[in-house]
This record gives sequence, structure tokens and C-alpha cells, in this order.
Amino acid sequence: MACEPWTEKLDAYLDGEIPAGEAHALQQHLRECTTCAALALAKVQQKLAVKAAAQRFVPDPAFRARIERSIAVRRPSASFFSGRLGWLRVFEIATVAAVLLIGGALFLTIRRGRGEERLISELVDQHVATLASANPVDVISTDRHTVKPWFAGKIPFTFNLPELQGSPFVLVGGRVSYLSQSPGAELIFRVRQHQISVFIFQEGGLTEAREKETLRTALSFEVRTWRHNGLRYFMIGDASPQDLDKLSELLKAAG
Amino acid sequence: MVRWFTLVCVSEERLVSGSFEELAMPLFDRLYNFAHWLTQDRQEAEDLVQETYVKALKGFSSFRPGTNFRAWIYQILHNTFLTSRTGLKSTATVPLDTESDQEDLPAGNDTPESILLRRSDRQLVQEALGRLPLPYREVLLLCEFEEMSYQEISATLAIPIGTVMSRLSRARRALREVVQELQGN
Repeated sequence: MACEPWTEKLDAYLDGEIPAGEAHALQQHLRECTTCAALALAKVQQKLAVKAAAQRFVPDPAFRARIERSIAVRRPSASFFSGRLGWLRVFEIATVAAVLLIGGALFLTIRRGRGEERLISELVDQHVATLASANPVDVISTDRHTVKPWFAGKIPFTFNLPELQGSPFVLVGGRVSYLSQSPGAELIFRVRQHQISVFIFQEGGLTEAREKETLRTALSFEVRTWRHNGLRYFMIGDASPQDLDKLSELLKAAG
Repeated sequence: MVRWFTLVCVSEERLVSGSFEELAMPLFDRLYNFAHWLTQDRQEAEDLVQETYVKALKGFSSFRPGTNFRAWIYQILHNTFLTSRTGLKSTATVPLDTESDQEDLPAGNDTPESILLRRSDRQLVQEALGRLPLPYREVLLLCEFEEMSYQEISATLAIPIGTVMSRLSRARRALREVVQELQGN
């Protein structure tokens, strides 16, 4: 049958599923072949009949309203805390917030810890430089009443020095030091053959030093840090931990 | 008994519920009509539509914007129906094993007279549609009523396009046969 190739494509053509070129050729054939044209017309009628018949069932308005309401429940304006899962969501958010908070705190702690480490590392370097220097101090005096006034005008704060008489410690002298672009005092003490550096800075100038009081070692040096009267003290030396503790107690007592 | 439960927020798709509503609600009447044709029962159709909306809402975050939402939600409805009791019963009785993409249907048997259905025969066509096996009924509804492309039907029913074409051809013929049978009675 000569029309067979065309009739095979008729359904796809009427469904709009054949390429434009083929559709054009088929249209041409339908204009010339009355049998195929009648068949196409009947198929179109069937499609329309099914389409009309298929529109049959209408949902109950109450059912539609229920679905609409249930979707509206999920809108941001709806009661956020309603329902069991609503509270689960609150819990979920609280958990995320807690994780963020802890993570943030941990990050800041690590960052600050690193900052503190950097400062101490820098001060240890200064202490080693002082030990290696031919002129370790700018003011040479064992007298606290000489050393303290020497710093007046050189650093923007003042401090008290302890009475060392009767203790194993000897004040060697002092020099101006800088840490994080802030001027401070470096005091050198001697205990037997060991030298101990005590650095004093204004607390406000050291944003990275947040720890209240630490007791640690850095590169085998004993390190003590504390705060007092808005000043930050760093003590570094190779003496015994007990010696550093004793000296720090004397300095704290002098206030 | 309607199994009704409130759709509640589950995850971040809550933030785009407005979009879901805008996309899904215009299809509500048609989805219900389709569901009723599948289940042939009002109560079951309501359950099916409701479950479809619950699933679609929950899975909306996985829906890729810009893709075919209509095919997506019809697919959910269709799959949900297939796993329902009525759906399982319907598919179990259909001889789909005779269906083949490659098998060509004899086109020459059709004549204008043999396929003539008129819109005035609406009740008759509805009766015939209701009697069709489920795969034929749904493919006809998706093509003729929903005016889906073969591609959309393929996605909705999860069958190859070749199967869509052969199934459509069989469905149209089966419909005519049922109509003739009803007319004969």
C-alpha cells in the first residue's frame, strides 16, 4: 500500500512528534490523498473525543482547601514552633548554632593561643639576644631606686620593683624593649649564674596576649606570665622553675 | 477513612514552599482528575493526591529548578499509585509482556469509519476509558488530556519513548474496540 509509510507516521504527526521537514511532507500528502486525509480527520476526532471525555472528575473543594492549608503551614509566616517536627527543627537550629559557637570559640582560642605563642617566642629571642649581648642592659644598677626612675619618660607606664635583700636574686639592670610596636621594660635579674628577663608591657597594647596566667616552657626556657594593674609581665629564664616562681611572687608582691 | 496528616516542615525546602505552592497548586485539579482515573474511586484518589503532595513537598529540594515540574509531580503520583493496593492489583492483570518497542503495529487496518469517535459520545468514551487496562488508560490520558510530549510521558511512566509510541497506538485501538463493544451492547 502506497500510503502505508504516511499512515504509520500519522499518530506521531498528530501528536506533534515528528520533525518539521517530515511534517511538511506529510501535510503535502494529506492534501493529495483523500483516504489519508479522512483517516487523519478521524484520528483527530478521536483525540478530541478522548480529551473531552477525560475531563471527568472534579476534586471536592474541602479537599482542595485541606491541601492548601497544609502547604500554608510550611510558610515562614506559619507558627514556626508548632508540631513535633517544628521543635525538632528548633533543636536542629540550636545544634547548628552551638556547633558554630563552639567552633568559633575554638578558632579564636587557637588563634589567640598562636598569638600568645608568637609573643613568647619573640620575647625568648629578645632574652637570648640580651644574654649574648656585650651590653645587655642600658641602665646598670642593682638599686631598684635607680632602675625604676631611669624608665620614666622612656615607657608610658611605671611599675614597682621588689626589695631583693635577703633573696637569692640580684637586679642587674634594665633596658627598653618593644613588643608588637609597644614600648616596655626589660629587667634583668641574676640568680646564681642564671639570668632571668622580666618584660613588662601595657596590657592594652598586646591584643594577642589574652591568657591570664601561664606557666610553660619555650625552647627549654622557663616562662611565666601574669597580669597586674593593667600591665602584662613575662618572665623568661633558664633558672629552675622554683627560682622563677619565687621571683614572680616577689614582683607580684611589689605590685 | 481519609488518612490525613499535616504537612510539616522537614528541612530547608521550607524556604521555597512559596515556589512549591506556585508550581503545584495550579496542577491540583488535573492531578486529582488523573488520580481518579487511575484509582476509579474518589476516596482513593484523594489519598493518592494527598500522598503525592506530601512526597513532592518533602522532595522539593531535590527538584532542579528549570526542569519539568509537571512531569516530576505526575511521576511521583504514578509511582505512588503503583505501590498502592489498587495499583498493584491493576498492573498485575495487564499483559505487558506482549509489548515491544520494535514491534510495528499494522497501520493499514485502520479506516476512518473504524476509528470514528465523536465528542458527542462522551459518556461512551468515558465508559470505555474506564474499562481500559491501566497502562493504556494512563498513556492515553497523559497524551490526549494532559497533552504531554512523548518525552514527558516517557519520564512520567519511566518507559522508553519507543514504548510510549507503541503503547499509545495499542491504547487507541483498544479504546475503539471497547467503544464498539459497548455500542454493540
